[in-house]
Formats: sequence, structure tokens, C-alpha cells
Amino acid sequence: MLAIFTELADFLAFTLFGLTPNSKLGDAVHFFIEDTSKIFFLLLVMIYFIALIRASLNIERVRDYLAGKNKLVGYVMGSIFGAITPFCSCSSIPIFLGFTSGGIPVGITMAFLLTSPLINEVAVLLLLSIVGWEITLIYALVGLAIGIAGGMFLDLIHAERLLQPFARKAYESANPALSKVTGKASISFKERHEFAKQELQDIFSRVWKWVFIGVGLGAALHGFVPVSWVEGNLGDGQWWSVPLAVVLGIPLYSNATGVIPVMESLIGKGLPIGTTLAFCMSTVAASFPEFILLKQVMTWKLLATIFVLLLASFTVVGWILNAVNVS
Amino acid sequence: MKEITVLGSGCAKCIKAADLIKSVAAECKVAVNVTKETSPEVVMSYGVMSTPAIVIDDVLMHSGSIPEKETIKSWLVSNS
Repeated sequence: MLAIFTELADFLAFTLFGLTPNSKLGDAVHFFIEDTSKIFFLLLVMIYFIALIRASLNIERVRDYLAGKNKLVGYVMGSIFGAITPFCSCSSIPIFLGFTSGGIPVGITMAFLLTSPLINEVAVLLLLSIVGWEITLIYALVGLAIGIAGGMFLDLIHAERLLQPFARKAYESANPALSKVTGKASISFKERHEFAKQELQDIFSRVWKWVFIGVGLGAALHGFVPVSWVEGNLGDGQWWSVPLAVVLGIPLYSNATGVIPVMESLIGKGLPIGTTLAFCMSTVAASFPEFILLKQVMTWKLLATIFVLLLASFTVVGWILNAVNVS
Repeated sequence: MKEITVLGSGCAKCIKAADLIKSVAAECKVAVNVTKETSPEVVMSYGVMSTPAIVIDDVLMHSGSIPEKETIKSWLVSNS
């Protein structure tokens, strides 16, 4: 079904624009047309249908579910909910405080917030259709594992001590019994449709520019960086290439949708999977603007801890995946 | 005079919500005072987790999205 986009790109790039196949520019333009048309099509369809399904899932219900859960279950479920519950980054502070004042441990809350940018259902389905199920599965598992392990670590070091005073007080005086389900349990199809339509407009207006940037970058890599160079210099998963990829990803900022075409291109060039994932996750999750937001509820010390924790886990994951891949 | 507060971190949606309320109020000729509240502590005190949220005369009316025009009208017209 998706071959139609390859044909469209063949026609536009080679027939209409008269570019030569296998030339640098021809390849780059072909990649750009194929990926933008494919991604936009998939996005429109997927966002709508996924939103239809999860219209009844809201943040209040997630909190009520997580409150009072066994800790271990809490980390896993917090991380999974982080992946599937949509929220805009401007809501991360109210969510943090809502969870905290509901008595949910900081680690579980952070498992939720750390996984959220890394994995979302749209990104997973896009990955699935572009780079195949193996890499998608690895990506999703790594994202969840980082959220779970990060959450556990934060509770281990008693991260609640490092919250801003008012947030710490809210946690200490929390009364989980007071929280109540505010979301409606059943909703009509019309309401689902309205919700899905709003979600589509909302996500699309936020994401479209990242698709162009991501595909543009992917296309440039695809057309102009020779495979032999990547394979010769980075292809064996040299140990230093992973931390380098993570550091390079910090100043670059994209969301999970924009980074997928870059991933596709890097893997196509023979960059090992560990290095590629380390780079992409660092681009998506370690972004200064969103970290600074958390300063409202955390001290610098905790903020720095979480940042270093993220960078370290991306690096370790990259090393492990490269090692497994090589052998 | 209704005291209306829009809770949120100052993101685009919260500003839009505040503007929409003002324009609906002008349309219905209801006197309102719309303020924006960005302090996380205050947002928390209303138990709000998704923004923008709308508080009218100290009662939380709505949270999580820009409210529909019709919904705003019903708030403004009722018991005024």
C-alpha cells in the first residue's frame, strides 16, 4: 500500500523534475518527496483513529489508577501510561503537581514524564511502517526501560527531598483518598469524533514543521553523506561514537515524529542501531527548553541529576545495542 | 461582574482561551474581569492537571482545552 508513495516520488523527482536516479540530488529529492507525502498521510489517518480509541483516557483517570499502586507496578504502568497518554508539554508542570499532591511517588511520576516524549503511539506506528517492526520494538522497549529505571533510581535517592518546598509539602501532606474520578466513563461516538478531530488539528499543527525539518535533514544525509564514509568511520560502533552521538543530540531538538526520517536515513547509511537510537533519543528527550520548565517544581540539583541520568542511560543503551548487534 | 481566571502556564492555548472568553463576554454584554494565572502553586490548589483551565467566581468550570463558544455562553448567561 505504501509503495504508492515511492511511485509518486519516482514520478515527481525523476520524470517531472528530470533528476537522475542515483545522483546525489536526485536521491535527496526522492527521499524528501516520498517521506513527506508518506508521513503526512500516515499522520492524518493515525492521529484520527488513535484519538477515537483513546478518547476516554484522560489524565485524571491515569492518576487515580496510579495512586496507591504497588511501587514496582507503578513504575511499569507509569511508564506505559506516559507512552500512551497525550498531553502538551505546557501541561507537564500541572501534571507533575497533580500526581505529587495525589501522593504518587516522584519516581512513578517521573517514569510517566520521562517516557512521554520518547514514545507516543503515533511515533511507534510511523516507525513500524518506515523502519520495520524489529527496530520499532527495540525503540519502544528501550523507551519504557529508561522511564522505569529512571523512576526507580529517583525514588532510591529520595528525589522528593529535592523538590521545590511547596511541591514537597504537597507530597508530604497528600491524601490519596481525596482524589476522585472526574473523567466520564462512557462517551458517545459523536463525542469521540469531536475529540479525534480536535486532536488531529492540535497535533498536526504542532508536528508538521518537525516533519519537514526531520525529512529535510534525513534527505540531506541520504543524498550527500556517502555510505562508505559512515561504514568506515562509525560502522563498527566505535565506543566513543555513542557518547558523541548523545552530546550532538542535546542542542538539536525535535519531537519523536521529526526524528524518525533521520533515523531511517542513518540506519540506511550503515550507522549501528545503538548509535542511531542514542542520537535520536537524545534529540527527542534531552531538550533544554522543556527541562527549564521543570525548574518551577524542582531544585537545580534534581534537574541536573535527571539530565545526567538521561544522557548516561542513552549512552549505556547505545553501547549495549551496538555490542549485541556486532556479535 | 464575573471574576474569570484562566489557569495555565502561559502557553498559546491559554492565551487563546482568555481572548475567546473576552470576546464572547463582549458579545453577550456580560461584564467580566478575565485574568491569567500562571503560578504552578495556584494551578495545583484547584487540582487542575491539564491546562488551560477556567475558573469562574472561584469555581472550576473546565479544564484541558479551549472551551467551546457555546459552553462559555452558558457559563456567562447562567445566574448572572
